[in-house]
Amino acid sequence: MFKAVVTITFKKNILDPQGSAVHKALHSLGYPEVSDVRVGKHIEVVMDVDSDEEAHKRIEEMCTKLLANPVIEDYQIDVAVVE
Amino acid sequence: MRFGVVVFPGSNCDADCYHVIDKVLAEPVEYLWHGDRDLKEVDCVILPGGFSYGDYLRVGAIARFSPVMEKVLEHAAEGGLVIGICNGFQILTEVGLLPGALVKNPSLKFQCHNTRLRVERNDLPFTSLYKKKEIVEIPIAHGEGSFVADEETLGLLEKENRVVFRYCDENGEITGIANPNGSLNNIAGICNEKGNVLGMMPHPERCAEEMLGGLDGEILFRSLAGWRQGGDVA
Repeated sequence: MFKAVVTITFKKNILDPQGSAVHKALHSLGYPEVSDVRVGKHIEVVMDVDSDEEAHKRIEEMCTKLLANPVIEDYQIDVAVVE
Repeated sequence: MRFGVVVFPGSNCDADCYHVIDKVLAEPVEYLWHGDRDLKEVDCVILPGGFSYGDYLRVGAIARFSPVMEKVLEHAAEGGLVIGICNGFQILTEVGLLPGALVKNPSLKFQCHNTRLRVERNDLPFTSLYKKKEIVEIPIAHGEGSFVADEETLGLLEKENRVVFRYCDENGEITGIANPNGSLNNIAGICNEKGNVLGMMPHPERCAEEMLGGLDGEILFRSLAGWRQGGDVA
């Protein structure tokens, strides 16, 4: 079994109002060093496939078809073997 | 003109749309169930507002995979009329019938109030009874209505004259203050290239009777009802 972890964030040029709100909150909590915050999504997909390569291929497809919207979002994929 | 209102799990403006067409316009209308691959031979499909599939993953992202959407895509490809209101607009962008995307309002608030719109085009089946550049008042009710698109797409929309409604002030000026949700170029509604698919965030079905505060939305439905079948679009 393989587990793919997909991290989805807004593209750089898309305003992330949640990120901005958290950014401001961190400043008021006394963390002036914070210079940027982006809020994204974390999706874990467990797959019954035979190889790491196949897992990558399938999750990439899932990302383009459903998990992310390429108009507004970027995504990053990490695949690991699980029991 | 036969209308069909699609019902997704989580739609909540479907009954309002149905009511306006049935009781205000007295035109034939059917509910179209999301799980059926059947448009019941309607001429105009309405994707209503609401929170289809609980807005899970992204607004409109799951609804686009409903069986009925296969038929809506075919209908649109054949030149059939499709209007997506609010969540319906979000679904139309997710399914690729309209470009761009609708993202969270910069205010982070669910904004529910009247907005002024300038009607940019009145040569469409949806807007034929409005005057060009007419200023109308139609309410919005959304948390994710900020229209975004990349520069190239936005340029194309403007060049091809595909912006149908823009948020404006009382003089019809397109200003930042009149823009309730940070939409690029104050965009409130756009159409596809052929002009048979319209997506808009404001809710015309909520201002289609005098007792509900105005008739500016009723004009849109009346335009559609009066559009001759098989008439050339755009």
